[in-house]
Amino acid sequence: MQMPEPSAGILARKAEIVAGLRDRLPADAVISDPAETRAYECDALTAYKCPPLAVVLPASTEEVAAVLAYCHAERVPVVPRGSGTSLAGGALPTADSVILGVARLNDVIETDYPNRIIRVQSGRTNLSVTGAVEADGFFYAPDPSSQLACAIAGNIAMNSGGAHCLKYGVTTNNLLGVTMVTMEGEVIELGGAHLDAPGYDLLGLICGSEGQLGVVTEATLRIIHKPQGARPILMGFDSNEVAGACVSDIIRAGVLPVAIEFMDRPCIRACEAFAKAGYPDVEALLIVEVEGAEAEIAEQLSKITEIARRHNPVELRESRSETESALIWKGRKAAFGAMGQINDYMCLDGTIPVTELPRVLGRIGELSKEYGLDVANVFHAGDGNMHPLILFDANADGQLETCERLGAEILKLCVEVGGCLTGEHGVGVEKRDLMMTQYSADDLEAQLAVKDVFDPRWLLNAAKVFPLDATANRRSAA
Amino acid sequence: MRPGSEAELADCVAGLTGPVAVRCGATRAPDAGDLPVLSAAGLSGITLYEPGALTLVAGAGTPMAEIEETLSAEGQMLAFEPMDHRHLTGRDGVPTIGGAVAVNASGPRRIQAGALRDSLLGVRFVDGQGRVIKNGGRVMKNVTGYDLVKLMAGSHGTLGVLSEVAIKVLPAPDARAVLLFNGLTDAEAVEALCAAMGSPFDVTGAAHLPAGVDGDPVTMIRIEGFEGSVALRAKALAAHLVRFGTPEVERDMGRTAAGWAFVRDLKGFTQADAAVWKISVRPSDGPKVGAALRAAQPDVGIVYDWSGGLVWAEWPDTGDLRVHLAGIPGHATLVRAGRGATGAVPRFAPEPAPVARLSEGLRAKFDPRGLFNPGLMTAHV
Ligand SMILES: Cc1cc2nc3c(=O)[nH]c(=O)nc-3n(C[C@H](O)[C@H](O)[C@H](O)COP(=O)(O)OP(=O)(O)OC[C@H]3O[C@@H](n4cnc5c(N)ncnc54)[C@H](O)[C@@H]3O)c2cc1C
Repeated sequence: MQMPEPSAGILARKAEIVAGLRDRLPADAVISDPAETRAYECDALTAYKCPPLAVVLPASTEEVAAVLAYCHAERVPVVPRGSGTSLAGGALPTADSVILGVARLNDVIETDYPNRIIRVQSGRTNLSVTGAVEADGFFYAPDPSSQLACAIAGNIAMNSGGAHCLKYGVTTNNLLGVTMVTMEGEVIELGGAHLDAPGYDLLGLICGSEGQLGVVTEATLRIIHKPQGARPILMGFDSNEVAGACVSDIIRAGVLPVAIEFMDRPCIRACEAFAKAGYPDVEALLIVEVEGAEAEIAEQLSKITEIARRHNPVELRESRSETESALIWKGRKAAFGAMGQINDYMCLDGTIPVTELPRVLGRIGELSKEYGLDVANVFHAGDGNMHPLILFDANADGQLETCERLGAEILKLCVEVGGCLTGEHGVGVEKRDLMMTQYSADDLEAQLAVKDVFDPRWLLNAAKVFPLDATANRRSAA
Repeated sequence: MRPGSEAELADCVAGLTGPVAVRCGATRAPDAGDLPVLSAAGLSGITLYEPGALTLVAGAGTPMAEIEETLSAEGQMLAFEPMDHRHLTGRDGVPTIGGAVAVNASGPRRIQAGALRDSLLGVRFVDGQGRVIKNGGRVMKNVTGYDLVKLMAGSHGTLGVLSEVAIKVLPAPDARAVLLFNGLTDAEAVEALCAAMGSPFDVTGAAHLPAGVDGDPVTMIRIEGFEGSVALRAKALAAHLVRFGTPEVERDMGRTAAGWAFVRDLKGFTQADAAVWKISVRPSDGPKVGAALRAAQPDVGIVYDWSGGLVWAEWPDTGDLRVHLAGIPGHATLVRAGRGATGAVPRFAPEPAPVARLSEGLRAKFDPRGLFNPGLMTAHV
């Protein structure tokens, strides 16, 4: 993976730039000591590391605006950062960049139940948004597995999803407004407690723009009342094809579960060994969860069971208690931990049309043999968002590279069958160089044009999302 | 100009020498005036429909009716319940999916299932330089690159001419219950709507007509799903809202569908000469909007949808309604100009300077020659 050469001019001016930042922020909000900036050298894609020039931790929108105006005037690159849990290298610094972390912006500004909104500062963690309203029966729906740590800022930048988005949508469907600071230091308000944009849907454009169009400091989010109850059912099948067909039939029948999770045999075995959830040793496992009052749950589960039976399941286990529900979810929730125990792993995030599941899983199996690395699959089947986990040994010579090549092949396969490179983790640096497999030069040019409008000098997180050679002229002209 | 394929459309745009009115079914947009019309209505037809994946792909010119029939044959529907604008605009054209996308047409179910933009998975369009651009795709989760899909939804044909769209569809409900409260004031009604939306009963429509079909106020709250679940939730919701009275519960599928179409298409607005405004506010501010407008113009007709957050006003006045709403956060769009309007009132709410600069910047990039619906989305006509 390549990153652009840092600007020698900026590196040479470090002392002056740090002084400039200190002039605009409280003393403890600027970090420049290399021993301390190292804490910001990577995000959750830890294979790539680079300490930044400096780190700033502003505590208000005004401070963010002051930092950005200064960096813009001085042509210093800026990389926004939430909690640093990106799996795509979205928050990876360059040596000549200032990391702008929003961790100190974590207040709740307003909760309004009649209008079902909460307004928070963007550094607040995902789970603590729900934490602020759950005593009153409400929750914030998008629930990435990293929700204990990740910030709303990062969720907005990546348009993050979660296990429950089949029913409730992803971040962009639950975001009503933001306060954002442009690279020039201008504060703008988009959306708010009302629905729909007055002009262009700039809010929709900001969400998922990976910190390249502005720094989000506040957000208005949709909160909803918790359902009365929820219950999962576990089904085992003796082939991926049959499990895939069952998913399709459930959706076709008009049942819209909150979650349909899929695990294949390698994943089931690893999870079972790790979590002892009592999973059957089958080829494919589905966990389907439905919500509502007791009678509604029963109504939906009876429809789902009826459909599943037509596919001759090897196992069909409806939860009858809280304990059994927890056990059904236990293995699934431990999937990443279980994999981590066995080996190093790389988590992919391509999305495919649900109807292509069997074919894609079959082909992934072949590729896995070809490259000599095991792949376990665990994913959100209802919406086709796959998470193939490629197992490798980082200490073995060349395995990381083999793993990356296999990963690229799998992602190309996703695009080939009508899907995309990333369903929820973002492009970052990780999938940057695969963008041309999904987009034509004109498609990309239209996206680059958007960046030109929001950040004409290409200073904000500029080495991400697009292939470096596609942005080289723009970055050097800046 | 009515190209029959995307390639022809691209050639057509590349060859343009001056501005055009971009249209599909032309049932939603204002009059083209003197501009030549570039119609995408010829790009018609469903190219992919996978009920098991909840996805449909169609040419921009595909009639809404064709899409709705196709979905309904599989027990599915469009989640966003798009408005049919013909009652408002008085046009007799054929509403198309491209037109719906261009105006982000979203009806009552928007409050629960999201706007059209939330169901839109992918677009193909021709930009102002005649380039074919695609963005998004046909899968439900996609964060690969910037989301130009959202940008195109509701851009009223000013950034490009849509050629094809991919849409996420939903299962159509088996059963429906509508709770009807009679005689509530606007303030009481919106309080009831907000209480319903804040309940766990998954309400899919929340509207208030100060003058319903028979002229009296009626508040409508909709629940949909499987039969058993609907019956259960309707009962629980009525109990939850008991402080607003005892509702009538309408269960007939045909009658409830007609009732919501009445709200969605603003059939209660019958003053053909009046302007029609769409006002978007925080739901609990809805009644303030109603009160302010009535104080300024006693003959105003009002409909509240989206729990009070969408206020439709039938406004027998050619002046700018926005002057009466100062201090209420949100925005107002002129959907239909009244008779005698001079065009001096901007259709879209003027944007604050830094936002306007971004909008203008985007227009300059996507349509550098200023070809597409010039002036439509700018504050200054
Ligand atoms: C164990 C684990 C499980 C995960 N599970 C999921 C999952 O289920 N679903 C899912 O979608 N993701 C998941 N992720 C990925 C990750 O948690 C999400 O992408 C998350 O939204 C990142 O948030 P963050 O605050 O950590 O952002 P960071 O990693 O700090 O940054 C992410 C991106 O946001 C930008 N950014 C940060 N702050 C701002 C700001 N204020 N303004 C503008 N841009 C900004 C950054 O520049 C960067 O491009 C998981 C990660 C881990 C480690």
